[in-house]
Amino acid sequence: MNISSLKSSLLAAGTALALVVGLSACTTEPAANADGTVVVYAGRDEALIAPLIEQFTEETGIDVDVRFGSTPELSALLLEEGERTPANVFLSQDAGALGALSDAGLLATLPADITDAVPAEFTSTDDTWVGVTGRARVIAYDSEKYTESEIPDSVLELTDPRWSGLVGFPPGNASFQSFVTALRVLEGEKVAEQWVADMAKNSPVLTEKNGATLDLVNAGQLDLALINHYYWFERAAELGQDNMRVQIKFLPGDPGGIVNVTGAGILKNSATDADALAFVKYLVSESAQKYFATTTFEYPLVPGVASPEGLPALEELVNTQLDLADLASLAETQALLAKYGLL
Amino acid sequence: MSTLVNVVRPPLWLTVAGSLASLTTLIPLIYLSQRAFGGGWESVVELLNRPRMALLLWNTLLLGVAVTATAIVLGLVSAYFLARVYLPARRWWLVMATIPLAVPSYLAAYGLLAAFPTTQGFWGSWLVLVAVTTPYVTLPVTAALRAGTTDFDDLSRTLGAPGWKALLPGTWHQIRGATLAGGLLVFLYTIADFGGVALFRFPVLTTAIQQAYGASYDRNLAALLSMILVALALVTVFFERRARGRLFTSKTSTRGRSRLNPLTGKNIWLGIVLLIAPVVGAVIPVGVMLVRMFDVNALQEVRWENLASATVNTVVLSFAGATIGLLLALPIGILAGRYRSKIVSAIESLGYLPLGLPGIVVGLALVFFALSTVPVLYQTAFLLACAYGLLFMPKALGTIRQSVRAIPTSLVDVSSSLGYSTRQRLVSVYLPLTRTSFLVAWLLIGVTAMKELPATLMLRPTGMNTLATELWAKTDVASYGAAAPYALMLVIIAAIPTLLLVRSETTQEVKS
Repeated sequence: MNISSLKSSLLAAGTALALVVGLSACTTEPAANADGTVVVYAGRDEALIAPLIEQFTEETGIDVDVRFGSTPELSALLLEEGERTPANVFLSQDAGALGALSDAGLLATLPADITDAVPAEFTSTDDTWVGVTGRARVIAYDSEKYTESEIPDSVLELTDPRWSGLVGFPPGNASFQSFVTALRVLEGEKVAEQWVADMAKNSPVLTEKNGATLDLVNAGQLDLALINHYYWFERAAELGQDNMRVQIKFLPGDPGGIVNVTGAGILKNSATDADALAFVKYLVSESAQKYFATTTFEYPLVPGVASPEGLPALEELVNTQLDLADLASLAETQALLAKYGLL
Repeated sequence: MSTLVNVVRPPLWLTVAGSLASLTTLIPLIYLSQRAFGGGWESVVELLNRPRMALLLWNTLLLGVAVTATAIVLGLVSAYFLARVYLPARRWWLVMATIPLAVPSYLAAYGLLAAFPTTQGFWGSWLVLVAVTTPYVTLPVTAALRAGTTDFDDLSRTLGAPGWKALLPGTWHQIRGATLAGGLLVFLYTIADFGGVALFRFPVLTTAIQQAYGASYDRNLAALLSMILVALALVTVFFERRARGRLFTSKTSTRGRSRLNPLTGKNIWLGIVLLIAPVVGAVIPVGVMLVRMFDVNALQEVRWENLASATVNTVVLSFAGATIGLLLALPIGILAGRYRSKIVSAIESLGYLPLGLPGIVVGLALVFFALSTVPVLYQTAFLLACAYGLLFMPKALGTIRQSVRAIPTSLVDVSSSLGYSTRQRLVSVYLPLTRTSFLVAWLLIGVTAMKELPATLMLRPTGMNTLATELWAKTDVASYGAAAPYALMLVIIAAIPTLLLVRSETTQEVKS
């Protein structure tokens, strides 16, 4: 290499740097109240949420700057940013992340017209966040090995030696931990601890993610998986219904079949931001709820909006004894899982 | 022909510049210690007593050692093939050897899993990490072999040692530094990697860190686990320094001859070994995605303007990051290559730390740092480029150090006896001899930064996309097929600088 090509590389580097500084200059405007823009941190899949956001901008004229990320990363980010966050709204994949932000005092109280849109069991007790969609826990099973009736109606039966080495779940996943928390709340600490201890002894297959666990069953690598219902529908939409070796069974009334929610909250410093309020209100409007039911196969939470086809009614699954706010005691659940070597 | 490096003290400006550069690596550490000990010592003890803690630590070490050992073997064989065998289309062989650098480990893991669904646990993680890290050994060792000589092999051979036995004493001392430096990068990459292990369900420290953020929003726990990784990284850097032993630098500028062997049926297997990493790391994952893309059910339309903007952003951001990283690495690398003292050791060791940390931790540390010191820069492209520079600066250290060390001391002595000023010496002695490696270092940071994900997700300006964020978004949804054009583009734009690099090397060879 000669000097001139080195010079040109350095020149290119310099230009790149100048460009970057230039780019950064146009992205640092602070979000003011009701400026026609809302900054949303969205902990959900871009492909699923982006069309809905376009729809919102079309209908209201409010621009949305979205930062997509995973819910855990974004909530860690929000906790780190604290009151200096540029975000107005947080759209979360689960209630736990919203609870953590609420506990840290980072969320504003939502007005009644938003929180009243969905039944009380799907919002936070202190009105700092509102549920947007529902997702049920199910057992996914290998339909080449089992018929639906051979699959237990309760996860409590999975500790039977018959299922040794055949059941998989992601112990680090928030929805799985919510289910264990529900087990503690509904059946008591003793039963829950016994279940975790027996499951740990029953050689479970420990995974990282719901989707990958489902794939294992679909590939014939695993017999049963404890996951959320919509993963099956998403995979079926990609691979075609006929290619779904894996099937799912709903568990009405069982702690292993609870309904958890995705939700949204407004950050404290945007409590009076009209654009932020309009955005969250839109999420619990009829058109957004319909969008979720038909595109992401989740349960709409606003009464009167029809559930996706082929799903049991939400009322059948919802456990009336369980308050979602009770699922906040995640730390105890994790300690329990850690005690038996699952975490 | 060798002599101990300068025991002379480095000039003050260089020490100051090196110290400042290495102190930037303390940003994540300060953040971590603040979080880690926020829960008090009780929580530290409790964490260390968890039944799973020993398993996580053991798995992390096992994987780190196994991947490093394998990558060194593959890298040495590949480097020998590239440097000592006369190859048709040599440039393309080198591009093949470099390509895995551009592939994010989660992508390679996905590809392997899609092609062979039974791959699980340790072996899957091992294979994927070996594939994406082998270039860290191949590239510096190839460079060292090219710069070296086969004269010693010939000498051993005339003394009666046959074939590869002659290779060992003749060549090993010429490539030992490069091998160790590459091995260190591989080990640190492996222990800090999350994407390559997560899909195979192999529990290590990084998966536990991710879970601590993901399920409990427990930043204290995550920070504590990260501190264990930092400690592991420090110990490794220490041992690598010990293994490197006394620093020798060549005194004279004798450039030995390097003999090339013809490509024959006997050594073609070396080329097959070279292909393992690119096939596992790039061909399989990109191939699987392309198959999915053309699959009837998953046929997605490509949004070209989106692909174009992601490509431009990726190139600009990663090479701005590479420039910052090179500026940070230069003073440290020059100090480490030329001088030896406790301060120099400390500066160099600190410089390696960011590599031992998962991206999410460095990302959060920079969020914390930027908001509390320069909030105007928060979520700007400039800060993201700084993050790349800080994260990947260590990848340039070894290359810079080795090239600076290779400057013959006699040349320096001659130039000073001729009355050259420091500036003249810099321009007419140092720079001509080191610029190729500086360029290599720059490209190495740039190509690695292209695929960075966790820090990019947190620090990019809201709404700005890169190839890595698009890939992440598309592999997270069920539609893997839609990710194919982005994966392909990532591999292509990483190949271009590699091609440039190879051209610069061939020109140099012709000249000498």
